Amino acid sequence: MALPKLAVYKFASCDGCQLSILDVEDLLLDIASVVHIANFPEASREVVEGPYDLTLVEGSISTPHDAERIHEIRRQSKYLVTIGACATAGGIQALKNWKDTDLFMSTVYAHPEYLETLETSTPIKNHVEVNFELRGCPVDKMALVEVVAAFVQGRRPNIPEYSVCVECKRKGTPCVMVSHGTPCLGPVTQAGCGALCPSYNRGCYGCFGPMESPNTEMLAAAWQRLGASHRDLVDAFRGFNAYAEPFRITSDHHEALAVAKGE
Amino acid sequence: MSEMYVSGQSGIGRLIEALAERGHRVIGPVVRNQALVYDEIEGVEDLPKGWTDLQEPGKYRLERRGDEKLFGYVVGPSSWKQYLNPPEEVLWSGTIGPDGFQTDPPPEPPLYAFFGVRPCELAALAILDNVYTTTDGVPTFGGYTATREKAFIVAVNCSDPGGNCFCVSMDTGPTAKAGYDISITEVAHSGNMRYLLSSGSAAGAEVLAGLGGLDEASSDEIEAGDAVLARAAEMMGRELDTNDLPDLLKGNVLNPRWASVGDRCLACANCTMVCPTCFCNTVDDNLSLDGTHATRTRKWDSCFTLGFSYMHGQPMREAVSSRYRQWITHKLSSWVDQFGEMGCVGCGRCITWCPVGIDITHEAGAIRRGDLRDTHITVGGHSS
Ligand code: SF4
Ligand code: SF4
Ligand code: SF4
Ligand code: SF4
Repeated sequence: MALPKLAVYKFASCDGCQLSILDVEDLLLDIASVVHIANFPEASREVVEGPYDLTLVEGSISTPHDAERIHEIRRQSKYLVTIGACATAGGIQALKNWKDTDLFMSTVYAHPEYLETLETSTPIKNHVEVNFELRGCPVDKMALVEVVAAFVQGRRPNIPEYSVCVECKRKGTPCVMVSHGTPCLGPVTQAGCGALCPSYNRGCYGCFGPMESPNTEMLAAAWQRLGASHRDLVDAFRGFNAYAEPFRITSDHHEALAVAKGE
Repeated sequence: MSEMYVSGQSGIGRLIEALAERGHRVIGPVVRNQALVYDEIEGVEDLPKGWTDLQEPGKYRLERRGDEKLFGYVVGPSSWKQYLNPPEEVLWSGTIGPDGFQTDPPPEPPLYAFFGVRPCELAALAILDNVYTTTDGVPTFGGYTATREKAFIVAVNCSDPGGNCFCVSMDTGPTAKAGYDISITEVAHSGNMRYLLSSGSAAGAEVLAGLGGLDEASSDEIEAGDAVLARAAEMMGRELDTNDLPDLLKGNVLNPRWASVGDRCLACANCTMVCPTCFCNTVDDNLSLDGTHATRTRKWDSCFTLGFSYMHGQPMREAVSSRYRQWITHKLSSWVDQFGEMGCVGCGRCITWCPVGIDITHEAGAIRRGDLRDTHITVGGHSS
């Protein structure tokens, strides 16, 4: 029986998530034994034409060309999985969604007339149907293996949607918010990183985006009790997952308050 | 009553070493990341000498005491369940190969000595024993029972209760009554630390007898210890009125207070993770890429996650208010139906380690003040 065909595509992104696939080292051979790596330019020059059984998409949609290209990829893909904060939320480049794109173009490029870009950077799901989203900036490499294994075995991936706090407590790290008043996004962020930052005495930066039922406003209030300003909150929620709805609403709210208070 | 001995700090050090010599991995309180957690200790110098913990709802600070006490603090974010029911544990794994299917041999249960178990924590261990045993005394979770039965317990009575402690309300402290091999009371005597030691089991008596260098406590010394613990009982940071509490919670399913706490709660699950009696787990089945190796892993779960109540394609407790209601009602009400006692020992961890400082005693008090039982609000066709 022919192996299912795997394709990996890149949109606006840093390549970090794709590199996580190569980063699985020994397991890469195992992956290659259960799927046919048919189209993965970062790994191999060999390109086998579609359609593909499993397509991994990295990156966000930020150009008119990409907005079309993703539809063709969707047509070629039986099962489409987006990987990373760019593909699932628009990425750090979605910060441009709050700014004037023309201004950037004229400041950065000598001849902006040669550029074609959209006003926004948006997640893949805003453009086509997505079968599964794997969060993270970057994604966790073992989670990627789990997604591929689950696909091959025809089951749901074991990927948690609860808060980072659950992983933080399982790891036995004393809470940075409670034990030294360091603001942390863990309570509103989806698990997946193994609560890395709190174990180094830092607050969570929200790399895995909003958890399943994020109470961002109450966490923001707790941050304010620890001394955070509205401006600090805008900066915190406008990170790698700035354009994910719960984070976006909260940063917009605190931006309005910061402006009103002249912060 | 067993004989009461007295020693200085060197006696505590000898006790730790003696337990290690008997083959125990000794676990006790240590300072890490600006908090006191449980971890392996090798001697008295590993204990948090001269530290105390200030605890408020959502706030914990380690501070210098200004004396040499070894035990002048209460409980931190860890609890003994992390050793008896580890946060993540392979329940079972196996491989399919040319000779058919073979399971990997399970690891030997570790031999622990828990050093510095507080009275509320002894009560929590008794609650977990009850949870993991059928009414006929049959263990329901082999890993827990095997580790628990072999563990040596050194209890420490509380001389300095914390701001979120309410063991007096729950009748679990500040003095250990049973469930230990050795108990220790620390008495500050004009800047000099004295330790009253007594045994609660044959193993405890044997260890104490073999320790050497201990004196028999005088009646004055015993009285001084009693006075420390009597004073501690007056120093509870919090109080919970348990009178009629199981019924109160059951009769207030529609209390508007649930909506208020549901608005404040982050559903982050910290409270259940730190609770020494919360025992909920989830199980993940994982198969290697080639499908030959299977692993079943148990992980701590919480009634605050959506997955916890997921059935028939959707979670049954979508609203956070209903998740908080589940948690507090289980702890203080339905646990009684299930196991014949409450699931709370008054340790205050859930109050301290809630990032937004939600306080179980405060919420239960608010339900009591707004008791709806006489107002005949109808729940599902029944007058409540
Ligand atoms: S440190 Fe952050 S992630 Fe960990 S428990 Fe505290 S709030 Fe949650
Ligand atoms: S419910 Fe709270 S106070 Fe009660 S035992 Fe659990 S953590 Fe301690
Ligand atoms: S309160 Fe929740 S997490 Fe704790 S034992 Fe009950 S159902 Fe489980
Ligand atoms: S009560 Fe506090 S610790 Fe528990 S889930 Fe809600 S916010 Fe988190």
